[in-house]
Amino acid sequence: MSAWHERRAHEIAGAVRTGAVSAVEVTRAFLERIDAVDGEVNAYTEVWRAEAEARAAAIDAKRDRGEALGALAGVPVALKALLCTTEGTTDCSSRMLKGFRSPYDATVVRRLRDADAVLPGKVNMDEFAMGSSTENSAIKKTRNPWNLDCVPGGSSGGSAASVAADECAFALGSDTGGSIRQPAALCGCVGVKPTYGRVSRYGLVAFASSLDQIGPLTKDVEDAALALNIICGRDPMDATSAAVPVPDFTASLTGEVKGLRIGLPKEYFTSQLGSEMREKVERAIAVLEEQGAETVEVSLPHTDHGVAVYYIISPAEASANLARFDGVRYGFRHPDAETVDDLYVLTKSDGFGTEVQRRIMLGTYVLSSGYYDAYYLKAQKVRALIRQDFDRAFAQCDVLVTPTSPTPAFRFGEKTDDPLEMYLSDIYTISANLAAIPGISVPCGLTSAGLPAGLQIMARHFDEATMLRVAHCYEQHRGFDPGKPPIARGAA
Amino acid sequence: MEYEAVIGMEVHVELDTRSKVFCACSTDFHAEPNTNVCPICLGMPGTLPMLNREVVNKSVAVGLALNCTIARWSKMDRKNYFYPDLPKNYQISQYDLPLCHGGYLDIETEGGTRRIGITRAHMEEDPARNVHGMMGGGSGVDFNRSGVPLLEIVTEPDFRSAQQVYDYLAELKQILLYLGASDCNMEEGSLRAEANISVRPKGSERLGTKTEVKNVASFTQTMRAVEYEIKRQIRVLSEGGTIVQETRGWDAEKGISFSQRKKESAHDYRYFPEPDLAPVVVDEAWERRVRDALPELPAARRKRFREAHGLSAYDARVITATRGMADYFEAVVRVGADPKKAANWMMGDLQALCTETRVEVDACAVCPEDLAAMIGLIENGTISGKIAKEVLAAMFETGKHPKEIVEEKGLVQISDSSELEGIVQQVLDANPNQVEQFRSGKDQVKGYLMGQVMKASRGKANPKLASQILEKALRA
Repeated sequence: MSAWHERRAHEIAGAVRTGAVSAVEVTRAFLERIDAVDGEVNAYTEVWRAEAEARAAAIDAKRDRGEALGALAGVPVALKALLCTTEGTTDCSSRMLKGFRSPYDATVVRRLRDADAVLPGKVNMDEFAMGSSTENSAIKKTRNPWNLDCVPGGSSGGSAASVAADECAFALGSDTGGSIRQPAALCGCVGVKPTYGRVSRYGLVAFASSLDQIGPLTKDVEDAALALNIICGRDPMDATSAAVPVPDFTASLTGEVKGLRIGLPKEYFTSQLGSEMREKVERAIAVLEEQGAETVEVSLPHTDHGVAVYYIISPAEASANLARFDGVRYGFRHPDAETVDDLYVLTKSDGFGTEVQRRIMLGTYVLSSGYYDAYYLKAQKVRALIRQDFDRAFAQCDVLVTPTSPTPAFRFGEKTDDPLEMYLSDIYTISANLAAIPGISVPCGLTSAGLPAGLQIMARHFDEATMLRVAHCYEQHRGFDPGKPPIARGAA
Repeated sequence: MEYEAVIGMEVHVELDTRSKVFCACSTDFHAEPNTNVCPICLGMPGTLPMLNREVVNKSVAVGLALNCTIARWSKMDRKNYFYPDLPKNYQISQYDLPLCHGGYLDIETEGGTRRIGITRAHMEEDPARNVHGMMGGGSGVDFNRSGVPLLEIVTEPDFRSAQQVYDYLAELKQILLYLGASDCNMEEGSLRAEANISVRPKGSERLGTKTEVKNVASFTQTMRAVEYEIKRQIRVLSEGGTIVQETRGWDAEKGISFSQRKKESAHDYRYFPEPDLAPVVVDEAWERRVRDALPELPAARRKRFREAHGLSAYDARVITATRGMADYFEAVVRVGADPKKAANWMMGDLQALCTETRVEVDACAVCPEDLAAMIGLIENGTISGKIAKEVLAAMFETGKHPKEIVEEKGLVQISDSSELEGIVQQVLDANPNQVEQFRSGKDQVKGYLMGQVMKASRGKANPKLASQILEKALRA
């Protein structure tokens, strides 16, 4: 039998509920695991040892009293550093918020606690979720457990690395243009970006409000379904959260895809996709066909504009969202400021990293008088066209299957000098955010260099159930065990 | 050259709701600093706004009262600027699709009725309040006011004089009070008026360069500031100068306006749609619900009071000053009192008593039915108008029925001829010199003697009857 830290969340919750293992024992196993490997992986920005153990003990006591335990009983869940928690700090991996303590818990955090999850700490990310490699963190450099010289992807790189290295049972991340799915692909785990409005954003420190969505990074599809069962649903604190009923996602994992129509958008299978990645994805499509799914080629004609639209709308929203970090009320305040204007300029110049400043400038520019129509307004119009592309495609098929990322994990520093090159890491994931539809990344094999590749499945608005069903069916029949990364094997 | 002023007004109204526009905090911003605050109105990272429906209700009510079209679909926008009193460094407001637009308000001016176009009325959040010169000399921010709902009402440039501006503000305030939309307390900033002023040669169609006068503490001061600014601009132009587009403050003590901010440093607010909030959709049913709940507005009520109750224009205006006063008046009249007399008593003695003790007429101890009863006692001759003043004062103090007071104090008027004849005779006997003077042609002495009669009767003598008897006795 494998060690507790290697087990799936649903197995852990089941064992803790029946008393086969105590929550304290599970928690200690994970804390020991963090001690053993995080020195190399650097996924965690802070570990809440005492709080996690106390929380686990409280869950055990609850069971001892004969009370029913929640669906995530004793399951250690790592939190991306931009989810507000009253425990520890919420620094968004930024110098600007170093040491910042939120006065409240994000809605998802409250839901995790209510489901009896254990929270072992916060994990690293690109500063304010801006980046695709987690290299933009002001706190530390998180490594890919599959190859320590490679990035874990981003911005939820700490979430993905902590899951891949068995440092948590699953993690929560956030996805604005691919920030869950791309690191999940690069670290060989499952990552879900739910439909916009599925999960409350209350307590998610906003990057781009119309695109941000919280989702889980897990070790398998069943865990993703379990996590979504807990975090989805209307929240009276978030006007953009939808009052759409949440089905039991685990019940949707029937293993059945017979007759389901799988759309293959031709714009995603161009020369930009490396031959090795293409081969992995094609093999995955073949597996689904073997299970009785039909494939149909579809077109998403405005795909090429996705990255451009994204890099107008997301910085525009970010320029306003990040305006509040000004040194007046909380977070970093530049000590040399003498006037209020100085305070703003010095605090922001020193508190934010280069990429964040770049996007604030970009966003400020596209919203400026005289440029608004040419950039922001036009981008909104093209966004509507992209959304329409998907509506038309979903008239022909039930889900879309594509690669998650054009390349596997890349080396540190490989793309840091070229922001545009870095932006293209999200070329296959950005459209789902613009169209507000759900997307999942599932591991679909290892490259010759031993790095994971990811398969992306996208579905209609609020149809996570079908998306998960296809992902789960593929996972059951893919015919290989993705295995454990070297770091996991080495230390185990 | 003769000049003409062109003025448009922007008024910020703090809506009187229990909770703030985007969170559940109390709107009472006079509490201890930073006590009515939460993560949302402090703009803490990760927080999101939720629109308070009551703010929409009150805004729609004001919009309808100002004859506006209510947008079926409007949206909130972010207005971006940096200031320490703005916790998110953007204000949630409405930009190109306001909730209310295209209305008007008729105001009564010296020159007759004037129609003022209402361009728009939109919802937004109030910023916090910067506090300077605290203990230790620093500055602080009190966030109690952060997120208090505001309605900004913008007019067309339809004013031609400072007096019209005053009349508009007075009428607007009265409407807001009638609707219960705002407490309209200018000193506490519930109502903030800004005037955009320009002048042009009379007859010209082109608008001159405008200046904006802000931060004026009262309607009267606003009128003075506008008057001053008109004169200043005319002076500058007559001397061959040009007007600089700018924001000007008002120094009430010196009675002058002064330059605050030139246009060059004007903001680019980079408005864009607020992605955290859904569009504001007010369907027909919602609008109808608000419309059906609207009270009779001041102008309609004034008209009705003139036409149905025969009040003068002046009296109708005073009596409808507040909804409570007008309701009170109607209650007095409903139980049969003569409207004109009811209005006189309310505007005279009752108002004086209320002013002295700082209560509203409709909240004082004299209920409308009792005031009507008192007027009835005068009319049926039980008490004189003079005694009534004493009775009313007692009613005001004790809340007792006028009849009870009259009986307790023995204030029933003496209308018995033989009793009055006795009193008159006593007075004549006691004042032989005056009687002599009267008889030798000094008619005015009668007034003195009449006074003596009232005094001897301790004010209770029926004045009319006593006067007749005195006359008769003197002529005898």
